[in-house]
Parts: sequence; C-alpha cells; structure tokens
Amino acid sequence: MSLPVAGHERGGDQSPERSDAKAPTVQRVSDVVIRFAGDSGDGMQLTGSQFTNTSAVLGNDLSTLPDFPAEIRAPAGTLPGVSAFQVRIADYDIHTPGDTPDVLVAMNPAALIANLGDLQPNSAIIANTDEFNERNFKKAGLEGNPLEDGSLSAFRVFTADITTMTRKALEDSDLDVRTKDRCKNLFALGMVYWLYSRPLENTVDWLQLKFKRRPEIAEANIKVLKAGWNFCDITQLFQVRYEVEKAALEPGTYRNIHGNSALAMGLVAASRRSGLPLFLGAYPITPASDVLHELATYKRYGVTTFQAEDEIAAVCAAIGASFGGALGVTCSSGPGIALKSEAMNLAVMVELPLVVCDIQRGGPSTGLPTKTEQSDLLQVLFGRNGDSPVPVIAAARPSDCFEVALEAVRIATRYMVPVVLLSDGYIANGSEPWRLPEIEDLPDLRTSFHDDPETFLPYMRDERTLARPWAIPGTPGLEHRIGGLEKADVTGKVSYDPHNHERMTRLRAEKVARVVQDVPDLEVHGDPDGGELLVLGWGSTLGAITGAVNQAREQGKPVSRAHLRWLNPFPANLGEVLARFDKVLLPEMNMGQLALLLRGHFLIDVQSYTKIEGKPFTRQEISDQIDRQLGASRS
Amino acid sequence: MSTETTTTLSKKDFQSDDEVRWCPGCGDYAILSAVQTVFPSLGIPREKFVIVSGIGCSSRFPYYMNTYGFHTIHGRAPAVATGLKMSRPDLSVWVVTGDGDALSIGGNHFMHVLRRNVGVKVLLFNNRIYGLTKGQYSPTSEVGKRTKSTPLGSVDAPFNPLAVALGAGATFVARSVDIFQPHLKSVLERAAAHPGTAFVEIYQNCNIFNDKAFENVTEKSARSENVLYLEHGEPLLFGKESPRGIARSGNSLEVVDVAEDGDGAGLVQWDERLPSAALAFELATLGPGFPVPLGVFRDVAAPVYEDAVIAQVRAQEEAHPDATLEQLIRGGDTWQVAGPTS
Ligand code: SF4
Repeated sequence: MSLPVAGHERGGDQSPERSDAKAPTVQRVSDVVIRFAGDSGDGMQLTGSQFTNTSAVLGNDLSTLPDFPAEIRAPAGTLPGVSAFQVRIADYDIHTPGDTPDVLVAMNPAALIANLGDLQPNSAIIANTDEFNERNFKKAGLEGNPLEDGSLSAFRVFTADITTMTRKALEDSDLDVRTKDRCKNLFALGMVYWLYSRPLENTVDWLQLKFKRRPEIAEANIKVLKAGWNFCDITQLFQVRYEVEKAALEPGTYRNIHGNSALAMGLVAASRRSGLPLFLGAYPITPASDVLHELATYKRYGVTTFQAEDEIAAVCAAIGASFGGALGVTCSSGPGIALKSEAMNLAVMVELPLVVCDIQRGGPSTGLPTKTEQSDLLQVLFGRNGDSPVPVIAAARPSDCFEVALEAVRIATRYMVPVVLLSDGYIANGSEPWRLPEIEDLPDLRTSFHDDPETFLPYMRDERTLARPWAIPGTPGLEHRIGGLEKADVTGKVSYDPHNHERMTRLRAEKVARVVQDVPDLEVHGDPDGGELLVLGWGSTLGAITGAVNQAREQGKPVSRAHLRWLNPFPANLGEVLARFDKVLLPEMNMGQLALLLRGHFLIDVQSYTKIEGKPFTRQEISDQIDRQLGASRS
Repeated sequence: MSTETTTTLSKKDFQSDDEVRWCPGCGDYAILSAVQTVFPSLGIPREKFVIVSGIGCSSRFPYYMNTYGFHTIHGRAPAVATGLKMSRPDLSVWVVTGDGDALSIGGNHFMHVLRRNVGVKVLLFNNRIYGLTKGQYSPTSEVGKRTKSTPLGSVDAPFNPLAVALGAGATFVARSVDIFQPHLKSVLERAAAHPGTAFVEIYQNCNIFNDKAFENVTEKSARSENVLYLEHGEPLLFGKESPRGIARSGNSLEVVDVAEDGDGAGLVQWDERLPSAALAFELATLGPGFPVPLGVFRDVAAPVYEDAVIAQVRAQEEAHPDATLEQLIRGGDTWQVAGPTS
C-alpha cells in the first residue's frame, strides 16, 4: 500500500480499497490542502476556484486562501509574478485553509521556489516540466534544475509536460499557439481532479457558460481538462487516488461564498429588510473593489452604486443619500478610510446613519495592497479629530460578512450613527461553504422617518437609544438645518456654548456606549467559569484560534477561547470574562492594537501575540503559543 | 408623509429665525435676499428645497434659509449634493459655495459634478479672498495680491471660474453680481429651470478683506460702460455713452464702435446654445480693453446624471419584478446537506 502523501487521515475513517487490477489504489482521506501556483497569467485563481466550486458541490467543507501578486502582470516567470491559490477540503468541519499544502502544483520554477518554504517533508509536488528550462531558472534566480539536482528529495515529485500535452490535445484546433497555451491550467486542473476523484461536469458547464459567445475557446478548454484527467488515468503517474467524503455539516442548503460577496449580499438584505434603498458610494481600491463590482450587478434590488471621483466624494455622497432617507454605505480599505475620516466625523456630528466598510490590508501608506492585516482597528476607533466614538464591528469569516452587514445597518439606523464594519483581505478573498439563512429569520430592520411637525426638534432624542429623529427633506413642516458645527442639545441650532459642547460630546459618547444594549454577551467556548488560559480573538483570526483551541482541548489542555465581534462597544461582560482566566492570549495581525485597548480598559496584562507578515495565522502558530503560555504558567 | 404645502409662498416663508451673522455690508446679504425672493416664485413646495454648502462665509447660507439645509465640510458640498440628488431626484438641490471652497479644496468635486451633469444648482460666491479665515489670497485672487499669506504679493495665476466650468463640460454657465438684483434674480430663475447642473458665478463683495474687488463692474460709470449683458439671439452690445459691440476679427474678438459699424451687421450674435463651448470660453476669458460679460454663457440640453442612473436601476427592477432575497442568496451553485436520517 502506498503512503497517503496527499492528504490527512483522521481517526479510523481510512478505508483503502482496490477495485480491479489495473486501477490504482483508492484511498479515503479526511482533509487535504492543495496549492495551485503559477505565473499571474497562468490562471491559477481560476483553477483554484474551479476546484473549490466542484468540491463545494460535492459537499466537502472547505476554506480558501488566494495569494495575489501586487503587480497585475509582473514579468512572466519571475518570483514577483507568482500567483497562488490554496484550497483545503475536508470531510469534517474545518476552520482554516490549512497551514501547509499537501500538494503543490507548480506551473514554473518561480512558482515552485516561491512556495517551497511552506511545504512539509513528504508533501507532493506536481511540476510542469515544460517550463523548467534555463531561461526560467535564471528568472527564478536558480543555478540549476531543482527537479534534477536532488534538492527536492524530501518531497514526492511528480512531473508532466503539461504545455506540450496541452498543445498536443489541441492539435486539430485552429487556435493560435498562445491561445492554446492559455488552456494549460485546465490540464493541471484535470490532473488534480483525477487525483482527488472529482467529476469534471461542474467545470465543463462553467466553461460553456463563460465562453458562450466563443464556443471554440470553451471546447479547447474542455478538451484540455479532459486530457489532463485522461493522462493520469492512463499513465498511472500516481499510484494512489484519493477520495474526500462529504462533510457532516449542519443540515441545510449551502453555497460557496467569498467574504466580499457575502458583504454585498448582506447589504442588499439589510436594504430589503429595512425598506431603505441601498446607496453605495465607492472608489476602486484593493481589496474592497469587489463589493462595488457585485453591488453594481444588483440594480434589480433597487441598489444604486456610485463610483465617485475619490474616496472623499464616495463617503460624502453616501452621507447625502442618508440625509435623503436612503441607506448610505461606503466601502474602502485603510488608505481610503484615512481620506474619509473628516466626512465620517461629519456623520458623527449630524447623527445620520452610515455604514463604512473597511476591508483591511497591509499598511501603513500604500503598504501591501494584496495582503491581509488587522491594523486599521485603532484608525477606525480613533483616527478622527475631536472625541468621536463610532460603533465598530468585525467580520470573522467569509460567510459572517453577511450577518455583520445586517448588524451594522441595524445599529446605524437604530442609533442614527455611522458604524464601521471591519473585514480584511483574507476574509474578502477567501471562501467557504455558507449555510444559507431562511429569509424570515433575518432581523427585521424596518425603520421610520419622523413626520410630525408638532413633536419635532432636530436634536431631541429617543430615551433608549439617544438617537435623534431621522427627518428627511420633502417632509412638510420639518425644514431644518444640520451641519458640522456643534449643535445645541435638542434644538440643533449652532451653539458655541461651552457647557453645551461638553454635554453634546458626552451625549454622542453615551449613545455609542448604549449600543451595548444590542451587543450579546461574550461567549466562552471551553470552560465558561474560567481557568488557566483564554485565547481571545477578533476578526479573521477566528479560524486559526478555533482550530488550535479545539485541538488543545482534545489533548486535555486547560484552554478556552472567545471571539469579539463588536470592538466598540465591548460586550458588557468582557472585563468580567477576562478576569476569570489566569492568562489571556490575544493573537492579532498587527502590533497589538486590541491588546493595548484591553490593557487600558481593564488593567489586565493581556499576552499579545502578533504577526505582521501580510498572511493569516496558521493553526500551528496559535498552538505553539498556547503551549508556551501554558508552559510558562506552570514553570 | 403629509401632503405637500400648496399655499402661495412669499419671501418671508424662506427666512429662517437664525440671526444673519455676515459682516455688515457684505455682498452675501444681497444674494440671500435675491434667493429668498426667487424661491417662492418657482412653484416648488418649500419642503422640497435643500441647500447644501461647504465651508466659508458663503457656506453659512443654509442657516439663513428656512428650507432643509446641510452645512457640510470644506469643499465637499457637490459630493454630498450628488448623493442626495441621486437618491432623491424629487428635491430641488442648491449648492452654495465660495471661490476657496469650490476651486481650491473642493476643486475635484466641483469639476466632477459639472462633467456628470447632476441636476443641482451651484452658486459660487466669488469674492477673490478667504474671508472666514480672515484674509488669505484665494484661487481667484489676482497675481500680485497682497494678503496676510502673500505679504509680497501673490505669484499664483488665478482660476477663471467660468472657464473651469466650461472646461469641465458644464451645461449651464452664468455670471451675475451680488448687487445687480434684477439681473441676479433672472439668472437664478434661469438656473432653476435648467435640468442638469446649473453653475452661476456671483461676484460678491467682501467689504472687510477685499473691498471693491469688482469695482470694474459695480462702480457707477463701469455699470453702464463696462458691462456687457448677454442676450440670447441679440448682438453683443455694450456702453451707454458710446455704444460699442464685439465683432470677430480673424482668430480673435475685437471691440468695435457701433456708430461706425452702422447697422451692427458685423457684430457677433449671441447664442448661448451653441454645441461648442468655444465662444463662451472666449467671452469668459476676455482680457483688458474688453467689457465684462454678465448673464448666461451656456445653456445646452444634455442627459441628466441621476435620470440616467435611476433609469438603469428601474429597467433592471422592471426586467426582474420577482427579484427576491431568496433568489439573491440562492443564485449560484448550491447543494443540500441532509439532516440525520435516524
Ligand atoms: S469676511 Fe467678507 S465675505 Fe465674510 S462675511 Fe465678512 S464681508 Fe462677507
């Protein structure tokens, strides 16, 4: 029996079987991580997405991690030009895209070298030998051929002349060579489909739809896909095939979803549930642009999208729309949020609902546009002049963006306040199966505009929420003026009175503090009554933390976890929960921003664990930290 | 929502109870009065008016108007107004701005609202100075201007607001003067009637920091001799004492004596609806020796931005009358996970 080099088994669910003499061994694995890597022009994102979608339809749990180069098309064959897509599929509930690939598909030497460091001994490498030539070695900074110099002896290397075989498969086609060569990623996909016993139908259907107007292209791609599959079937390049069973997910209807798609849908859902037309003001920026792209296709749901002249105009237009009674939303990333800060403060002052989505990326300045980070937390909390608190909520995973969007809208409209919604590049571009909610279970966000002149003053307040009335232009008798100058309490007239300013500053803060009424208590997974170690997380670290803590608990380690969804205000019981544990470990993809806040708020010496590499935490990294903390507290 | 106010409105209905706080003698008072006179005559219910402003002396305008008003942040009024008008095309949205607000810090939004042809009216009070911050030179200040921030005189070439607007593709461009009340009112009425972006530059005297900046127009003899009132379909004529006109000579324009020209047949006939903005640009940028044109420089029909945006949305809504949330989230490949069978 061959070694299961291309997947992980769990417990006793391994069931190798031999069907007939010719056929290879089929082995069941529980969990596999595959990384497709190639030139940015090689279509690796497409290849990975296709593998993902097919696996999703097969019912696997999955998680993806695309890794885009910063340049659109860096010179072919070079390290900066490498684009990768990692997908993990499993027959059980997983939380991360996997720490290390079991299989690396390397379309050229640069793709191999750029990803080699992430492989474990015994990982499999599938290399396209056609691209392993002197020219490409030089471009990748290599002295010789790594496939032949013994440097890969720790790994299991499988080679195939993918480009040659692609051309051969298309011998009869009239397409030019360049176009033929562009199909080679489908050959690799066909190989991996064979290796993991995936059907081709899903991708065939997709190709036919995508190239509806160019059937010759669809046909060529399908031919090459099948050629890749057949190549493996005939040559016995791999002696073992693998199967990954359906995951025992919660019953329901599922689809695969990216974070930015879930966010766009969540905003549309919030619009429908509130009865407010959605207005998105946005300016293109990585990694937030897809929210604009998606919403631009949702006009049938009454969505208006406005690609403004700049980030400032984008948020200002959203504020103007909110003033008129629409659901004003703007979406950007750190550098754009910096530009929007003055206008966000205007929304704070005029107390209009607004949702500001920040899809975080590596900073400061232009930073790492295509890489992920959680380093805008302090920016969105404090990056404005004056005492200017706003509620801040963070999405934890791709599908969570949907729910968080609804929550942000609920708070913005109920409290008449701008709300910041934090996501990040990892969640935005990553995907996972999403159990679709029942529409009638979505929150009722209906809201009403004030229309009675008898009872109207622009800055009178709701007793519970302290929200001022939303009185929109066109309502007879409610003509009033708002603006960025300090307002007198109740009347809303411009006021320079010192006592009024103090009162209004405190009222604005109190209003945001009262959002806690709508924030559920922090839930502890593990030992709710406290214990030795709590791993606290926020945003996209949820997956790695959950995986690590679950594993540690299975090993009997005294560790619990909790996840903060609201960063402002904190859940009412946060201080109390933190005090129940001897130690609190807080992993963050920044220099310890939340840790700084928690130390200041609760005078607790939170153990900050940081990573600022533009990459998410691996489960292993969190596991190691858990062990270190537990070890330290025992020594 | 209650029904629209249908009673006949008067100037008083548009005066707010806020005390007007411009410096005594400021040109803003005259503009406020003109606007308060014109608004009730437009046949628009009071609650449908919204005035959006930025920052500066002029931008205090909304507080003095008993309409809906939004005193936003520096330079951003056109952007706020764009979002408002896109979501509420039923409103009559007026942007009040100044030379610093519109042409310096807000230059980007100013040109983009014009090129998009959003259905808002933009009134630019040009006093060629920063008033609210107490007297620095502005983007319309002349070269050599001595101010607190240019003690040796400004070396910046100024913007010509009309030229900027025309360059940005504005579909309605006009100019008037704070104290020329009948003229200002008629220009405001014309602006109100224009479906796209209507841009009006209003010469406004800042008697505190830049007094008599427009003396070449407002001073008594200048009024009659130096101002050319643009009248659509009429020849370009000016000067009471000595009637003169504008004629074309080769590639440029020249001032000619009408008495000598006889019937005025050689004069340029004014046409504010020319497809090309070239002639309007020439008139907007006339140099020394020429009169100062006032009135409507350009008024052409073009698709209105929010109409086009809304038309796309409506067409999609009509094409998919059954678009439900259910369809939205279930679009794409879905699969079922069955519950435990036991
Ligand atoms: S500073 Fe000038 S523009 Fe401002 S209010 Fe006074 S006179 Fe008017």
